[in-house]
Amino acid sequence: MKEACIVGIGQTDYCRKPGSGMSQLALQLQAASRAIGEAGLKPGEIDGIMPFPNLGRAEEFAANLGCENLRYAATIHMGGAAPVASLQAAAAAVNSGMANYVLLPAGWNGYSGARVRQTVSQDVSSIPGGEIARDYYLPFGFTAPPQWYSVLARRHMHEFGTRSEQLGAIALAMRKHAQLNSNAVMHGKPMTMDGYLASPMLADPYRFFDCCLETDGGAAVVVTSAERARDLETRPVRILAAASGQPYPADEITNRRDIFRTGLTIAAPEAFGKAGLKPSDVDFAMIYDCFTFEVLQQLEEVGFCERGEGGSFVEGGRIELGGELPVNTHGGLLSEAHVLGMSHIVEAVRQLRGELGERQVKDAELGVVTGWGDFGDGSIALLAR
Amino acid sequence: MTEYSLPLPVLEGHSADFYGFCKEGELRFQRCDGCGAWRHVPRELCAECGSWEWTWTLSSGKGEVFTYTVVGRALHPAFDDSVPYAVSVVEMEEGVRVLSRVADVEPGELEIGMPVQVDFEAVTDEISLPIFRRVTG
Repeated sequence: MKEACIVGIGQTDYCRKPGSGMSQLALQLQAASRAIGEAGLKPGEIDGIMPFPNLGRAEEFAANLGCENLRYAATIHMGGAAPVASLQAAAAAVNSGMANYVLLPAGWNGYSGARVRQTVSQDVSSIPGGEIARDYYLPFGFTAPPQWYSVLARRHMHEFGTRSEQLGAIALAMRKHAQLNSNAVMHGKPMTMDGYLASPMLADPYRFFDCCLETDGGAAVVVTSAERARDLETRPVRILAAASGQPYPADEITNRRDIFRTGLTIAAPEAFGKAGLKPSDVDFAMIYDCFTFEVLQQLEEVGFCERGEGGSFVEGGRIELGGELPVNTHGGLLSEAHVLGMSHIVEAVRQLRGELGERQVKDAELGVVTGWGDFGDGSIALLAR
Repeated sequence: MTEYSLPLPVLEGHSADFYGFCKEGELRFQRCDGCGAWRHVPRELCAECGSWEWTWTLSSGKGEVFTYTVVGRALHPAFDDSVPYAVSVVEMEEGVRVLSRVADVEPGELEIGMPVQVDFEAVTDEISLPIFRRVTG
C-alpha cells in the first residue's frame, strides 16, 4: 500500500426545520472533531487544513480545534467540485511531506442561514463568472445554479431525446436510498414518479424535485499517507487516483464549442489512466447531484455510458442499490442533505469499510466519487478498500 | 419611465463599450484583427491567436435559439414579479452565443432552432438591453 488514505470521517446531524442551532463554523468543527477523533488523532497532529471555498478560514479551524502545528493551508476554488479536488491535493501534500495529516471540513446552514435566493442579490462576486454574470446574465434573470444548468439539460433533451421521466428516475433512486438512511432529511418521505412529475417547474426542464435540498449540516474527512495510516485504528480507504478539470471557458457557460464538455471530461480519463482501471471496474459511484441532469451528464462524462445514452442508463433500477451501478446510496444532495459533496466522500468511505448495513453495496471494493461546481468544474477520485 | 427594478449591467470596461453600442441600436462583438475570430463575452486578447488587437464589429443581428429555460420560481428577489419568464441562449450567425430573451414569444412557445433577430429595449436612460424577436415567414 503506497496510496494516500482517508483515515477519519465525521458528520453532524443533517436537518432543515428548526435549523442546526449552531454557527456555520461550529457545525464544521463538530464534524472535524469527530473525524479527527475517529482516526485516533489529536488535533495537534493535524498540520494541514483545506477549507471549502468561502465557508471558513484554516486559521479559525486551527485556533478552535487546537491545531498548533499547522503548516499547510489551502482552498481549491471549484465550488462543489472542491472537496474531491481537495482530496487530490491532500494526497499530494501527504505524499510529498508538505503535511502529515490533512483535514477537509465542509458544512453550512443552507436552510436556516442564507438561502440560495438571497446570496446572489447580496453579493454578485459569490457566483462564478463574477462581473461577466453581473453584466451579461443577471439583467436577464439568469441568476442561480438550477437556471445555469437547466439550459444544458434542455439542449441534451434536444440532441439526444432525453426525457423528464429519465431525470425523474434519478430523483427517485436518490429518494429510495434515503429511506435506508436515518440521517437523511428525506428519510420517511418516499417519492413516486407521479409525485415527481407533478412537482412545480423551477427552471424548465428542472422541476422542484430535480433540485438538491437546502439543509444544515457538516462533514469532514482526514487524509494521511499510507505509512501513517498503518498505525491508526480505523480501516484506511485508499485514494487510488484523483484528478480535477475545468470546462473551457470556465467563467462563461454559454460559449463552449461543445457545451457538454465539462471539467470531468478532462479529469475522468486522467484518474482512470493513473489507476490503470476502467469505469466497468467500479462497484458504486457517489455522483455530485446538485440537480438530476448533472448526475446523468457526469455518468456520461466519467464513461459509465456513451454521451447521449445517460437517459436510458439511469432507467430500470440500474443506479439503485442492487443495480449494476448503485449511485449515491446515502440519498445524495437530492434526498440526504446538501453537505457540499463532502458527504459523498464520507458515504464512499463507509461503503468501502463495509459498515452500511441494509444500504451496503455487497463486496464493495472500488468506488468513484465526483464533484461538480461553478459552471461545470469537475473532480473525481477512485477510492478502494 | 417608471423605476426599473431589475439588475443592470455595470458600465465599466468592455461592458461600457458593449452596452454603449446597444444604446445606439447596434449589436457589436469583438472581432480579432489578427485571425478574424468573433468573441463574446468581451475579452482582453484573442484566445485563438493571441492578438491583442480587435475591432467592435457589427453583427448581422440574426441568430437562432440554441437552448433556453423557463423560470417558474425566481431565485433572485428582483424577479419575483417576472415569473414565469424565459431565458434563451441565442447562437448568432457569427458563431458567438448571447444570453438574452425572446421578447415576443410566450415561454411555452419557445423552441430550439427558432430564428430570431436582435432588438433593443431601453430599460433606463443609460442602458438598452439586447433582446430578440422571432423571425417569421
